[in-house]
Amino acid sequence: MMDMYQENILDHAQNPRHWGKLEPHDLHAADDNPLCGDQLEVTFRVDENNIITDIGWGGQGCAISQAAASMIGEELVGKPLDEVKQISKDDILELLGIPISMSRIKCALLSLKVIKAAAYNIERWSDDE
Amino acid sequence: MNETQTTFDVEAIRADFPILDQDVHPGKKLVFLDSAASSQKPIQVIEAMNYYYRHTHANVHRGVYQLSEKATDAFEQARDKVQHFINAGSRKEVIFTSNTTGSMNLLVQTWGRSNLNAGDVVILSEMEHHANIVPWQILAQEKGFTIRYIPVRDDYTLDMEVFAELLKAGSVKAVSVAHVSNVLGTVNPLADIIKLAHDASAIVIVDGAQSVPHMKVDMQALDVDFFAFSSHKMCGPTGIGVLYGKRDLLEKMPPFMGGGDMIRRVTLDGSTWNDLPYKFEAGTPAIAEGIGIGAAVDYLTGIGMEGIHTHEQALGEYAHERLSEVPGLTLYNPDSPHRSGVATFTLDPVHPHDLAQVLDYEGIAVRAGHHCAMPLHQERLKVAATVRASFYLYTTRQEIDKLVEALYIAKGLFN
Repeated sequence: MMDMYQENILDHAQNPRHWGKLEPHDLHAADDNPLCGDQLEVTFRVDENNIITDIGWGGQGCAISQAAASMIGEELVGKPLDEVKQISKDDILELLGIPISMSRIKCALLSLKVIKAAAYNIERWSDDE
Repeated sequence: MNETQTTFDVEAIRADFPILDQDVHPGKKLVFLDSAASSQKPIQVIEAMNYYYRHTHANVHRGVYQLSEKATDAFEQARDKVQHFINAGSRKEVIFTSNTTGSMNLLVQTWGRSNLNAGDVVILSEMEHHANIVPWQILAQEKGFTIRYIPVRDDYTLDMEVFAELLKAGSVKAVSVAHVSNVLGTVNPLADIIKLAHDASAIVIVDGAQSVPHMKVDMQALDVDFFAFSSHKMCGPTGIGVLYGKRDLLEKMPPFMGGGDMIRRVTLDGSTWNDLPYKFEAGTPAIAEGIGIGAAVDYLTGIGMEGIHTHEQALGEYAHERLSEVPGLTLYNPDSPHRSGVATFTLDPVHPHDLAQVLDYEGIAVRAGHHCAMPLHQERLKVAATVRASFYLYTTRQEIDKLVEALYIAKGLFN
């Protein structure tokens, strides 16, 4: 019944992985959904080959936004920045593995905006469609 | 015309609303607690609009033929119904608009544009809906007047002391406030506000979107200068609203939209304007919607606004009683009697969006977010979002019980 709030989602939301802003860090980005108050910021450490060696999240928000951040964060350590730049909306939705209604898409994709902005070393990722 | 009922029969009323009889998910009946966003429609309103399209429709104010006269009569009768519903002095003072937002924009762009300049002050409040903030901000960019805000106190009422000071500081041309806050449910002391504003030679504009559906409003008794509300929040169709204005003020205002119907005479060199109310109603009106709002007035009058108000107040009391018992729940409403039938809250540790989602799984419709009142949330309450459950004539105590049950389910899931 509770399609969106399956155990693994709740687990990631309540015990998000890689939580805590990294100091020092090499890359940083932040974003929010003013409509609902989800906020996320991410810090990356990268090696000389631009491979992510560590990642640290900060922020607060709904379970969907937090779970998505936690789940995608787990995938990023060891990834080159160029690969992060290629991550798509569908990748995030597949990772979450739950049906996301239209009204919650922005929650699910907030973390994507933030990691892309960090990967491109820009302040904020602008919305496509 | 129905006689006003003396006993309030909520089950009989619910039977008039076909939409309420559905399951949102298997085994989860709809519990609609979002009437503040938009109300449901009784079959009487739906049928009135259907009948119009089946039997009466033609363009209004133009045709000599029977059908057009019938349509015009029906539309103008609806206007008369609205006039009497709010006790306006004349039908010339009842302008049909698209909704409250349309009314506010009309007012700001006509009265505002011709009366406000740099050095003038307009007073709003921290609890206002965007429809009573943004149009003013847009005009202020152009005309250079100052907007000041009456603060909201910790008890969620307006700070009348600061209001008095703002008036005393001078240069105030207009005060524009909500009758009832769409977030807090606060019922503002209009009589006092209007007296103080008029003493300071300022006009008063009221956003009545959340009051007209729920209580009797009287333009004569209030002596308010302008009053705006929407049909769709009072059991009527979407797409139509009302701007009430005192006749002498409306006469002095330039038109808003230009086109057919609002003119007396058009030449290549220029045009003259039609009488009130048509001066402010350009183009073919939302005729069926006018019929609809008229039918809504009939329906509500038939039940009686007193009875509706009493019913909602009781629900509000009950809701607050039950919600106060839920651990971790914070309410953002004033104490009665300054409060309409609404409960606005956050539930620790569940994010409002997640809460609304879980409630939806239980068939319950509430609103989560900032409810088109970002300044209230972000700058005053300092929360990004709240959950709002709003009650109307078809809401039952059992529905409030279901709401509370679902809150415990959400708490269980997120702990």
